[in-house]
Amino acid sequence: MAQTLYQKLVQSHTVARLDEQNVLLYADLHIMNEYTSPQAFAGLREAGRPVLVPGQQVSVVDHIIPTHPVSFRTIQDPSSALQASNLAKNCKEHGIVLFDTNDALQGIEHVIAPELGMIRPGMVVLCGDSHTTTYGAFGALGFGIGTSEVEHVLATQTLVYRLAGDMRIRIDGVLSAGSSAKDLIMYVISCIGAQGARGYAVEFQGSAIAALSMEARMTLCNMTVEAGARGALIAPDEAAQQYVLARAPDIAAHHLQAALADWAGLQSDADAVFDVEHVFDAADVAPYVTWGTSPDQAVPVTGKVPSPETAPDATIRAAAEQALRYTGLHGGDAIEGIAVQRVFIGSCTNARIEDLRVVAAIVKGRKVAASVRAMVVPGSGAVRRQAEREGIAQILIASGFEWRQPGCSMCLAMNDDFLQPGERCASTTNRNFEGRQGRGGITHLMSPAMAAAAAITGHITDVRTLGATHV
Amino acid sequence: MSDNTRVAGIAAALPTPNLDTDQIMPKQFLRGIDKAGLDRGLLYDLRYDADQQLRPDFVLNQPAYRDAAIIVAGSNFGCGSSREHAVWGLQQFGIRAVIAPSFGEIFYSNAMNNRLLLVMLPEAEVQRITADVAGPQTSRLEIDLHTMTVKSHSVQASFALSPRHHRMFLEGLDMIGATLSQQEQIAAFQQQHWQQRPWLHNIAHTVRARINTTTAMPPLGNS
Repeated sequence: MAQTLYQKLVQSHTVARLDEQNVLLYADLHIMNEYTSPQAFAGLREAGRPVLVPGQQVSVVDHIIPTHPVSFRTIQDPSSALQASNLAKNCKEHGIVLFDTNDALQGIEHVIAPELGMIRPGMVVLCGDSHTTTYGAFGALGFGIGTSEVEHVLATQTLVYRLAGDMRIRIDGVLSAGSSAKDLIMYVISCIGAQGARGYAVEFQGSAIAALSMEARMTLCNMTVEAGARGALIAPDEAAQQYVLARAPDIAAHHLQAALADWAGLQSDADAVFDVEHVFDAADVAPYVTWGTSPDQAVPVTGKVPSPETAPDATIRAAAEQALRYTGLHGGDAIEGIAVQRVFIGSCTNARIEDLRVVAAIVKGRKVAASVRAMVVPGSGAVRRQAEREGIAQILIASGFEWRQPGCSMCLAMNDDFLQPGERCASTTNRNFEGRQGRGGITHLMSPAMAAAAAITGHITDVRTLGATHV
Repeated sequence: MSDNTRVAGIAAALPTPNLDTDQIMPKQFLRGIDKAGLDRGLLYDLRYDADQQLRPDFVLNQPAYRDAAIIVAGSNFGCGSSREHAVWGLQQFGIRAVIAPSFGEIFYSNAMNNRLLLVMLPEAEVQRITADVAGPQTSRLEIDLHTMTVKSHSVQASFALSPRHHRMFLEGLDMIGATLSQQEQIAAFQQQHWQQRPWLHNIAHTVRARINTTTAMPPLGNS
């Protein structure tokens, strides 16, 4: 019977069928951070259970880590410091690989795992973090789990997994200059809504997807969870093969033919049936900006804040009114020209080298507006060093950006990077929830190019008017 | 009839759609290594103002709803971050069930794993129940796991739970223990899986060992 890529990945990892809706799913890699794993390790200890497969666990300190540009980092907050030392203790006890606070390769979990060659097509990757959908860029099934499930994976290398539905999002056409994968996914979310993909594993297909770089695909799959998706997938093609083989010399040396043969089968069969299908044209995608407090509350930069009166129903209208009360905007306000005091370029969505290249190309020879505090937090130590080698860091610093150490930082503001009440931020992150970047802080999600433009002008700006045809 | 077959009590309405886990349990309460003290953090920015004073107008701060055991929520309740702290906080606050048209997917699993009962009902029914519980005189709800019904002042609605979740809620379930009873099956699967795809065997250790012996990192991004 014809199968979708999602069904193939589930089938190849099904240890046992538990009932009509659930399977016991095997995990090839389990990634942990310092804040969603402690209670899982404690649970194991309490029950006297070992970690079943230590070699398929990896941990990193990323959420609470400070990003001050110092060469040796110390965590000042005592609770956060305890989370980091507790993770180190747990990893040591169980023989688990850890990228600790001052490891040169430390970074955001979803940035370092692919760049170190840990993510390979056909895997199942689990992590106590919702943005684990990132790995769909490689044709790997990744999704976020809770702490009880982290404990379950540690003890059994499997997960009791409720099957998802199949959704296909086909996007053909060509992205226009100034628009990126970030704009593409923000456009999709604005069309289908914050729960438009709830319950589904989404497979992206189409020429616009095939044209994306691997890092752009990661951005796309990363943020698909903001539509409620339980997974995001792109069938691995030659670009994926090359990216992986360049980072996984063990495959190239020992298993090349077998791996390529295996990966060739990682695509939906031509006559596979999807429960839901959407079709979009990449040519319709302008640079997008959020105006509210949910990622689906977004419009093109050339647009206006929608009037709540035009909402299709009372619930959406009430949500829009509440969002506008929080963001201090009004229906009919132009998006372009909204003043920002902060610019944040970072996160597992947009802190890879290609993102930083785009930013550098836009700000080169320009200065960050005097009214703006702008930070760049690279996704990893490797990204940071490469940006320094390429001269990107020097350009950013000369323009007036703070060039920080890697971490999750102000995406969720668990460390000491956060917005003050009332501060408005142009942010390359993934969530504009109330208080996400700091209590009373206001987030406008956008692409790295758009955030760079806002940094220069001090207000939300259509990057295309800055002549950014190279994006 | 055991206590678990029925959840009854005062219900509070939080009808905002997409009420995310960042709002249910803000970041400053995620810094522990245990589960303690999360009742304080629950819906913190909604319950407390910037000066950390209770907001008297917020529903859970009103005397009639302070002891709420059930929340009647908007659609996609618990969307966003995977933080299970949101579920622990709700339970520590005294919430035993949430009724909504839909739930964030990771939150849904987290809730079930902790026996926080989630009841999904059509939006129209949730709205009618919301209207009922908005009045303190009609704020009591009863959820019966035996008849699979929700009863408010003016609504009686049926709901469904998967057999697995129904059993988990009623009996509790040592999921890890249950899975470990299939350990031989897991071992057999794993051996065959590694044989077929040896490049997936112990990836974390393999990669760490390579990093330790080489200094060169491949270039990042597309050149």
